[in-house]
Amino acid sequence: MFVDRLQRLGANTIQTVAGLGRATLMLMGAVFGKPDVRKGFPLLIKQLYVVGVLSLLIIVVSGLFIGMVLGLQGYTVLVKFGAEGMLGPLVALSLLRELGPVVTALLFAGRAGSALTAEIGLMKATEQISSMEMMAVDPLRRIIAPRFWAGVISMPLLAVVFTAVGILGGHLVGVDWLGVDAGSYWSAMQANVDLYQDVFNGIIKSIVFAFVVMAIALHKGFDAVPTSEGIAKATTETVVTASLAVLAFDFVLTALMFGG
Amino acid sequence: MERILSDLMVDIQNLTFSRGERLIYDGMSMQVKRGQVTAIMGPSGIGKTTLLKLIGGQLKPERGDILYQGRSIPKMSRAELYQTRKSMSMLFQSGALFSEMTVFDNVAFPIREHTKLPETLIRTMVLMKLEAVGLRGARDLMPSELSGGMARRAALARAIALDPELIMYDEPFAGQDPISMGIVVKLIRELNNALGLTSIVVSHDVPEVMSIADYVYVVAEKHVIGEGTPEQLRQHASPLVQQFLKGEADGAVPFHFKAAPYADELMELL
Amino acid sequence: MNTRKIEIAVGCFVAIAIGAFLILALKVANTGFAGSGETYTLYADFENIGGLKTRSPIKVGGVVVGRVASIELDKTFYTPRVRLEISKQYDNFPETSSVVILTSGLLGEQYLGIQPGFIDETVHILQDGDVIEDTRSAMVLEELIGQFLFNRN
Repeated sequence: MFVDRLQRLGANTIQTVAGLGRATLMLMGAVFGKPDVRKGFPLLIKQLYVVGVLSLLIIVVSGLFIGMVLGLQGYTVLVKFGAEGMLGPLVALSLLRELGPVVTALLFAGRAGSALTAEIGLMKATEQISSMEMMAVDPLRRIIAPRFWAGVISMPLLAVVFTAVGILGGHLVGVDWLGVDAGSYWSAMQANVDLYQDVFNGIIKSIVFAFVVMAIALHKGFDAVPTSEGIAKATTETVVTASLAVLAFDFVLTALMFGG
Repeated sequence: MERILSDLMVDIQNLTFSRGERLIYDGMSMQVKRGQVTAIMGPSGIGKTTLLKLIGGQLKPERGDILYQGRSIPKMSRAELYQTRKSMSMLFQSGALFSEMTVFDNVAFPIREHTKLPETLIRTMVLMKLEAVGLRGARDLMPSELSGGMARRAALARAIALDPELIMYDEPFAGQDPISMGIVVKLIRELNNALGLTSIVVSHDVPEVMSIADYVYVVAEKHVIGEGTPEQLRQHASPLVQQFLKGEADGAVPFHFKAAPYADELMELL
Repeated sequence: MNTRKIEIAVGCFVAIAIGAFLILALKVANTGFAGSGETYTLYADFENIGGLKTRSPIKVGGVVVGRVASIELDKTFYTPRVRLEISKQYDNFPETSSVVILTSGLLGEQYLGIQPGFIDETVHILQDGDVIEDTRSAMVLEELIGQFLFNRN
């Protein structure tokens, strides 16, 4: 009984480590593979469109709503202390440091990550990847690498857009609706937000999240069992694993950046 | 067997391969001669596709060797393998056209990847290949807009885009209506003759294979159980070969999956 | 969708992102004097800096003229020494000026206030690296309360 459990633990560990190893190898192949600018660049642009531009709408809408909610919630608390002038920094700092990068990464995992897993899983199921290999074209370079880099480029851009829209959303509710002074909204924000400490750290966070989400999404797709159940399972796993990984990495990064 | 080395395109020697716990090939050997259509037949699920992937170097055998034009595929480095694959080509069962590109771009794909030819020349080449399979008019369609038979013909055009020396067909007749089947049979034979290709056809469609193959291997139970020209095979002594060729339900390959005696199992319930 | 449309869309996407970044960098964050214009350095010794922090603003009559660059403890007298980074624009504070640690509002953050002093022929203008002698430390709430109670008695 106990030995059985132990054995299962061992088997799971080996499986996990092997999976991580495969993911790392794949990532290495995709990232450090010799890039071919002439053929690679159009592919990158196409993927930037699929991964980045098509995610823009959901990012803008969510950013606006989250900023508005922050403005409303922050106001009701701050007004009790007569400190509604601090609404600007509250909205800006929560978005810049946490919500911008994290929520963008979660939405990105749900929208682009799952789509990538399904797409690559389907390519595998319909033998497109195999046939590319047989045509002596490396699928890591041709399929994985452009998607990976498009994700890594898109995510910080989307996070920045999300944050900016969120701050405007907070302005919309706090200033235009609830009557916080516009001048103090912006000036208190400027007094409390630091370009390096807050803005750049937020962007660094979102670059790290991009690596994590893309690595998970592409690996799950590439490793998917090429059947319809296998792809469905891989897609779900992408969203779950990527979201958890983002939250875990967020804690580590927050501790490193703001904890000390 | 006294064959001249250069006469052999693919030489499989004592191939042993297993997938997980399941042994698929146990010391199997076969030869594919240059310029011929060699067919590999056998019941479903004996790993015929696996064999093509072994020849293509996508899988590695446990024991034995696979020689392609005298050079060992499993022992090649990755770069050598990729170089070698440029001279072979494979037609997958589903066609495996890239779903994001038009038919034209699909056929142009290997040319664009491996050559630096100007776009006008690529256009000419692609149109020639599409003309050969009769799909010149469908060049701007997406793969999802093609019927199964058309998709396979488009994939065939892509497979011959770089004029390979060896072309491997994975179940080219499966799931085709009689007309498309006839077209594919005609194309395989014609391409083989016109382009001087060597073809390997993996299939379980007996009449079609018998009509185009120069040499046939029947594979079952991890071994080659019969080989020869279609004529020789029809005269083959093995009951297994005869059962397969005639499509009989019961015989050397039993109708029933391996099970405990029927009566015993019925009694257990009582 | 043809290539041109895709390229235009991607271009718009990148432009929007750059625009958003500029909003964050210029309108939201306090780029302050970090990169904008040249600064010169002054020093001031305090007895107690209270809650003053690196990058706290330095104000004259409420106008920000610089930032606290660093705070160190003097090893001989064990008093904090503050390094002030002040914009070159405001380079004529006389040596009679005084520095005070002030608090914005009751619970707000602390900042440095410079009170410009008088000027006559004997008074020098503070140069890069000079020390402001006249300083007043931060008000510490506990000390204030202590004083209040002491005076009552």
